[in-house]
Amino acid sequence: MNSEQEQPRIGIFICHCGTNIGGFVDVPDVAEYAKTLPNVVHAEHNLYTCADDGLTSIKNAIKEHNLNRLIVASCTPRTHAPLFQHTCESAGLNPYLFEFVNIREHCSWVHMKEKEEATLKAKDLVRMGVARANLLQPQAEKKVDVIPKAVVIGGGVAGMSASLSLANQGFKTYLVEKRDQLGGMVRNYYKLTPTNIDAVELIENMASELKKCENIEMLMSSTVKDVEGYIGNFKVTVEGDTDKTLEVGTIIVATGAQEYKPDGLYEYGKDDRVVTTIELEKMMRGKELEGIDHVIMIQCVGSRGEAIPYCSRVCCMTAIKNAIYLKEEFGIGVNILHNEIRVYGDDYEALYRKAQEIGVHFNRFGENNKPNVINENGKLTVEMFNEGLSRVEEYPADLIVLSTPMVNIPEAEELSKMLKVPLGQDRFFFEAHVKLRPLDFATDGIYLCGTAHAPATIPEAIAQGYGAASRASIPLTRGYVQVEAITSYVDENKCRGCGKCVEVCEYKALELIKLDTGREVTRSNEVLCKGCGTCATTCCNGAISMKHFSSEQIISMIEAALTEPALVKPLTNGFKPNIIAFCCNWCSYAGADLAGVSRFQYPPNVRIIRVMCSGRIEPNFVFKAFEKGADGVLVTGCHIGDCHYISGNQKAEDRMNMVRNIVHMLGLEKDRFGLVWISASEGQKFAELMTDFISKIKELGPTPFSIKK
Amino acid sequence: MTATKNILVIGGGVAGIQASLDLADKGINVYLVEREPSIGGIMALLDKTFPTNDCSICILAPKMNECFANPNIRILTNSELISLEGEAPDFRATIVKKARFVDEKKCTGCGDCTQKCPVKVPNKYNMNLDKRKAIYLPFPQSVPRIMTIDKERCLKFTKDKCGNCIKVCKAGAIDYEQNDEKIVLDVGAVIVASGFEIYNPSDMFEYGYGKYSNVKTAMEYERLICASGPTGGHLVVEPGGERPKRLGFIQCVGSRDLSRKNPYCSSVCCMHATKEAMLAKEHYDDIETYIFFLDLRAVGKNFQQYVDRAKKDYGIKYLRARPGRIMENEEKGTLTIWYDDLIDPHIQSIDVDMVVLCTALMPSSTAPKMGEILGIELDEYGFFCAKDPLANPVCSTKKGIFIAGYCAGPKDIPESVAEASGASARASEVIAQSGGGDVP
Repeated sequence: MNSEQEQPRIGIFICHCGTNIGGFVDVPDVAEYAKTLPNVVHAEHNLYTCADDGLTSIKNAIKEHNLNRLIVASCTPRTHAPLFQHTCESAGLNPYLFEFVNIREHCSWVHMKEKEEATLKAKDLVRMGVARANLLQPQAEKKVDVIPKAVVIGGGVAGMSASLSLANQGFKTYLVEKRDQLGGMVRNYYKLTPTNIDAVELIENMASELKKCENIEMLMSSTVKDVEGYIGNFKVTVEGDTDKTLEVGTIIVATGAQEYKPDGLYEYGKDDRVVTTIELEKMMRGKELEGIDHVIMIQCVGSRGEAIPYCSRVCCMTAIKNAIYLKEEFGIGVNILHNEIRVYGDDYEALYRKAQEIGVHFNRFGENNKPNVINENGKLTVEMFNEGLSRVEEYPADLIVLSTPMVNIPEAEELSKMLKVPLGQDRFFFEAHVKLRPLDFATDGIYLCGTAHAPATIPEAIAQGYGAASRASIPLTRGYVQVEAITSYVDENKCRGCGKCVEVCEYKALELIKLDTGREVTRSNEVLCKGCGTCATTCCNGAISMKHFSSEQIISMIEAALTEPALVKPLTNGFKPNIIAFCCNWCSYAGADLAGVSRFQYPPNVRIIRVMCSGRIEPNFVFKAFEKGADGVLVTGCHIGDCHYISGNQKAEDRMNMVRNIVHMLGLEKDRFGLVWISASEGQKFAELMTDFISKIKELGPTPFSIKK
Repeated sequence: MTATKNILVIGGGVAGIQASLDLADKGINVYLVEREPSIGGIMALLDKTFPTNDCSICILAPKMNECFANPNIRILTNSELISLEGEAPDFRATIVKKARFVDEKKCTGCGDCTQKCPVKVPNKYNMNLDKRKAIYLPFPQSVPRIMTIDKERCLKFTKDKCGNCIKVCKAGAIDYEQNDEKIVLDVGAVIVASGFEIYNPSDMFEYGYGKYSNVKTAMEYERLICASGPTGGHLVVEPGGERPKRLGFIQCVGSRDLSRKNPYCSSVCCMHATKEAMLAKEHYDDIETYIFFLDLRAVGKNFQQYVDRAKKDYGIKYLRARPGRIMENEEKGTLTIWYDDLIDPHIQSIDVDMVVLCTALMPSSTAPKMGEILGIELDEYGFFCAKDPLANPVCSTKKGIFIAGYCAGPKDIPESVAEASGASARASEVIAQSGGGDVP
């Protein structure tokens, strides 16, 4: 089927997603509306389009109606595009002739109280999708060989487990550890339950397993200084005892966490008798507990508060294990002062029961009554309102142990920028999907495990290490990956040979070549090109086009969003602004998705257009939006330093500052145009920004261009 | 002896699905054995998932379909392992595939048969809250999309009558003569991901489950609040059918309870109750929700923040108490929850319209038998135990057999997924048998 020449025949499937969409959007009405749009020859709605019967009806409709374009209006392409693209392929349709319209995360879930307006917005989004679908072209993906080697960053229990499994599966594995010995945080611990093994012995056992593997090369006292490349072909520069550049197919992040230092809390740092959990573990290791008869442990120090809102998962168990060892091996009494005891599962709950049986005291201070440490006349006492007994109690202490949360290591920030993978709001590394892709990053070829992801117990970190090894071994075993066909294409007839695009390309995917005529033009290397589109935006002559994200496609969506008067008109009295937001695939679009799944509500005035990178936004897109009647335009992308394409957002920033001035020169208020950075983990921020921007535009009122309509 | 490049995965829940996909993506042949007529497990029946409230079946269905479409995975539904012989990496597994009386190659899943079937049967997939037919598809997203005849209830089998399904089936897929099939498989390793069972609180007299119609289990609640459930996503108070105005959730029902033989914490109930209360608020603005808990175990990534949001933005009330008794107030049609608040200790009560019991999630009752067949050990609670619970998770007590997900102890979905990938890695090692380390 040659879709380039054929008249588009579009089929559109609108999903109720149970009540997730159907409960807040009039889906049958949207489907009826879709039938009226250009070249739509088939429209239907399904309870679940992604279910087997939904997919079957897609396949049948492609055959029956001879469809050459497919649209699904349902959830987000970030989770479901591969499924529908496979369905296209199996029905003989090129997967690039598929268009996804997000009416759940970007519509029904964020406008749950406004069914009428949500329905109108869904129609707008569908109309935008149809406009783009009319211009979609088939594309061919390239296969790229994968170097069958991996690097694991971090030699704690998670990284050691990951390395062992990769090596046992037959892959050369580099293990990069910043210290001169393996074991990470665990090396500090005393004994470990339930087997009572010494922590160092556990690590040595694991290390000796690793040493048996010929496939493992350990790079000790070494840190990662630079990362280049992409899945299958990464170049990782390591500095240390010997500087090296590792060429690998996949990368595992197992950089671990560290204990939060409670400086200024509970006399910590002022009195040596106030220590952290890891400091206690070291004292137990060294048997340095002379003169101590009674220990008071305080839980949730620093955590579950404003600065660190999360629960650190392991502290209750660690405190209980230590209390048991103190009692049984050192004859020391222990009170654990806690908010509540969070020992989940079977073994830890059993440990809690055992501690109670042998006389470890548990005293609850509850949510709003943190204990006080009193240091008077050389005596330490903890004063606390005991919630269970409804009275204030005093606990004398020879040693106070503060259970503080795990926090990510400071180097994580830099590493996240090098790898172009995000950190969450808790500053831990942020996975591709909270539920079903806990060990993957959104970026292909990079995986994570252990406490770099979130606080975890030792067996959890080990299981995750193996799990990350499984994920990382998939491309290594296959030996190739297919790279997306979203690449730049240079029209040599239009190229003036100025070379500006060559300068902005971070991937050296463009080069100037001399034609037989003597003229120089740029040529694009499809394998090196990552598809950000910064070059296309830079080209003054319109000689570079982006496959699958062409300027025509993007402009068609802008126009479609703003050119159906029935939908632009206010529903009720009062001004309802129309706002176009450009979102980058990796950060702000994902942030918009997270706002949706989290049900952070914002007003239904925004129409989102997805691009791969904010660097793709041509000034003309913004002007076109205003010209067509947008009351406000937002360009959003990854935070500076986090750009998936290294520097696309910086280039966007430079360009958009200029755009803002031009917007002003056109007689529009500067505030009608915004440039904001939103990460994949900032769902709440996305909703707040939209709400704020919309109310600002409401204050400004319509533009001269939007009034004309 | 050469290692075979096949791996057996037992259990088609989210853990078994993830394990199968990881292996199949590496070119390993997977036999995915599932006892029920569809893969999907418990996750397929949940409405939303914490801590994002993402739609459960929406995120699982693509993975289920991926299993079905992957040429390296052979899904064996309605099937059970009956024996395992040999040692790693040369196991011989025998599977019994029970007759579903529908030809899997011919059935298109059109549903004509279901429409014409005259027999109505309690629908297990909706926790028996509505009816299905004797020939049925478990749920809309079932994989494979093939009908199954319930032999116990079908008139053809019980009374030799009817035969509507065979008459209407255009594909000629109905086969009343179909027999159970024995399948022998040579596999290099086995991954056990057989999941869990849900505690039935009928024997807890004090909570009145089974006696008071508005006392539900959390699993029943998941189906009620779910759009594809028996009420289309609406909560209804019986017998009137109006919506509840006050809702009480009770934690640790049958768990953390030595007298009920489940001393452990089920790990996920605090969070699913929080989610379920939030969903009630999303459905009904003015509903009041109370969660009775002992220790709120919001220990996972972003869980505490989720609970903080439930309190602050949703107004969900948490009460630290294990209620002693629930009594029905016949006049008002309400339920009175009697409790001793651990913060304000005296006996108090609160009236609600519906109570949700967050019951213990228990090891599967078939786990001991499966352990025997596989030659692997169970822990004191009945979960499969690891060779070394600290240093060697996912490895069972026998070489070449790996454990993942809830069958190896209480855990949530992402932990199950991570373990499933972990088990796949270790099972791949058995098959690769290179590198120099010990084969797990």
